[in-house]
Amino acid sequence: MKLSGWGRYPAAECTVTAPRDEAEVATAIAKCPGIARGNGRAYGDSALNTDNTISTRHLNRMIAFDTDTGTLEAEAGVLLGDVIDAYLPRGWFPAVTPGTRFVTLGGMAAADVHGKNHHVDGGFGNYIDWVDVMGADGSVTRASATENADLFHWTIGGMGLTGVIVRLQVRLRRVETGWIQQRTIAAPNLDAAMEGFETHNDAPYSVAWIDCLSRGASLGRSLLMLGDHAPLSGLPNKFRQIPFGPPPAKKRSVPFNAPGFALNRYTVKAFNAVYYHMGARKTGTDYVPWDTYFYPLDSILGWNKIYGRRGFVQFQCVLPDESARAGLEALLTRVSEAGQGSFLAVLKKLGEDPHAFSFPMAGYTLALDFPVSEKVLSLMTELDAVTLDHGGRFYLAKDARMTETTLRASDQRANAFAAMRAETGAASAFSSQQSTRLKL
Amino acid sequence: MSSGAILILGGRSDIGLAIAKTYASEGHAVQLAARNVATLEAEKADIALRHGVDVSLHEFDALDVDGHEAFVEGLPTLPETVVCAVGALGDQEENEQDHAQARKVMRSNFEGPANILGVLANAFEARGSGVIIGISSVAGDRGRATNYIYGAGKAGFTAYLAGMRNRLASKGVHVLTVKPGFVATRMTDGMDLPEKLTTDPDTLAKAVFKAAKRRRNEVYLKPIWWLVMLIIRNIPEMVFKKLKI
Repeated sequence: MKLSGWGRYPAAECTVTAPRDEAEVATAIAKCPGIARGNGRAYGDSALNTDNTISTRHLNRMIAFDTDTGTLEAEAGVLLGDVIDAYLPRGWFPAVTPGTRFVTLGGMAAADVHGKNHHVDGGFGNYIDWVDVMGADGSVTRASATENADLFHWTIGGMGLTGVIVRLQVRLRRVETGWIQQRTIAAPNLDAAMEGFETHNDAPYSVAWIDCLSRGASLGRSLLMLGDHAPLSGLPNKFRQIPFGPPPAKKRSVPFNAPGFALNRYTVKAFNAVYYHMGARKTGTDYVPWDTYFYPLDSILGWNKIYGRRGFVQFQCVLPDESARAGLEALLTRVSEAGQGSFLAVLKKLGEDPHAFSFPMAGYTLALDFPVSEKVLSLMTELDAVTLDHGGRFYLAKDARMTETTLRASDQRANAFAAMRAETGAASAFSSQQSTRLKL
Repeated sequence: MSSGAILILGGRSDIGLAIAKTYASEGHAVQLAARNVATLEAEKADIALRHGVDVSLHEFDALDVDGHEAFVEGLPTLPETVVCAVGALGDQEENEQDHAQARKVMRSNFEGPANILGVLANAFEARGSGVIIGISSVAGDRGRATNYIYGAGKAGFTAYLAGMRNRLASKGVHVLTVKPGFVATRMTDGMDLPEKLTTDPDTLAKAVFKAAKRRRNEVYLKPIWWLVMLIIRNIPEMVFKKLKI
């Protein structure tokens, strides 16, 4: 079956099995080296293996929930959206959520996803009590911060390369409502945006949409969006009757691949300018339902098709605090010079992350996406170099094209990760196109 | 009414489970019935956790027709809705040679399902309400060389449901016949199914829920199968017998 990540690049013909229980997972692992795949939301080739892609879509049962602590035990293929559907009406919300709810819990653990609250709460891994990992020999090991701690720390953020996560226990957070109190601040340039993040470092959620085509004095102009779960008492009367918000709006979908010319530097530039000025006019506080706040793109199913048949690539790096300002300026300058605008340019302040191979570090992360072309791929190679110059590293869940040399130069931990894989036997049982490309 | 229980006969099947979840998401209690039902504990927990409804498990063997009355009496409550997702595809070539196997396929698709629904129909009729949903198949619309043993069982089941609908229409009991085409389930794992004609259990379950709510009598899923089968049914026999479809 033809498979790709969410960016639809690269695509590969893959043999896929969808085991329904542990025994079937073990059979799949025994067949030949393979990789687990959740809901295919990693952008690149993290969950592609031409010979043996192991889909967890049938391992999707919730096992137990503790109503006092908000602890959910579930199989790895359970979708985050299903967790929200089941538990938000009872006053629980994921402690950490990425920008889409169409991800599996197993995939979230493997990528150690971060959300808009990373600067305060850390990544998803901080809310995982344990994971059950099936290793090369088909046996399942329970790993937590105290039990088999090495396996735990390598698995969180380990991109499925330590084994197949079959089951895990995660903690949710209590919320009184499903509404988010949102405040938008217009930042006319990069300095203002970064200052905004620093000033509002205690805001539970923060993220900035950044106009990556603006130049000169307005380079890096952004809309900084701060948010917090609205308490019941704070809700305007009209929403108090529906504290958990209206159900997700009817989904629209992109029915076909947009033609290549639909997104060009002029349309994207116009879009970015209009978006900034509209946002700047609407700054202030308002209440938005959880799905519009966290998952604006989920309401357009298949939005990845707007980039056309060739698909798109994401670039996401994180730069340490001390070099973030200079690095971001260099990255944004290069992008705006190239005129390769991105609809979804996102800037976010991150905190530390305790896991052995997770992406985040204290600093700033910039995420951009571009329709695939030769020109874009060479631009990204340039962006890689700028990132390296400023001591940054890259997010494997977004990557589809980085070289092994770039990875090794950006991340000291890659060698240790590969050594661990060789030593535990994981290297001969688990591999993805990405791990092969990056020699992990 | 909205929270009346739904009984799933064939509670292990992908279609049965998907329908159970759809009804549970609308607040209906679920009774799952299957052989070796204790192995469905994980499904029971999953449905209860997701939807906060009562879920119970009931040992049931569709082919143990003599036990069907006792089975219905043993249910905690008489369900408002019953779905029969019992069936067996078998292997046509094998069934042509092994008659015992063929008999079992026909019994699993017709005798067992018809018998248990007959028992429930009487109970529903006595109560004056209820919905009976039978998962039949497009394969029952016309016998074809490639799957007529399965198809014959489903044809019998379709006719039985139609008759029951006619009988119960004035008694407050509604009968819905569902004719799926290709569905991506455990039963069809590994088959190369054409995408445009194939649905998945969740989509099918939602369509079944809607059809039952609207008191539809017979639905093809995907709907395109209505047209496909209209054409297949209308090919003259002298032509049809020479076709390989």
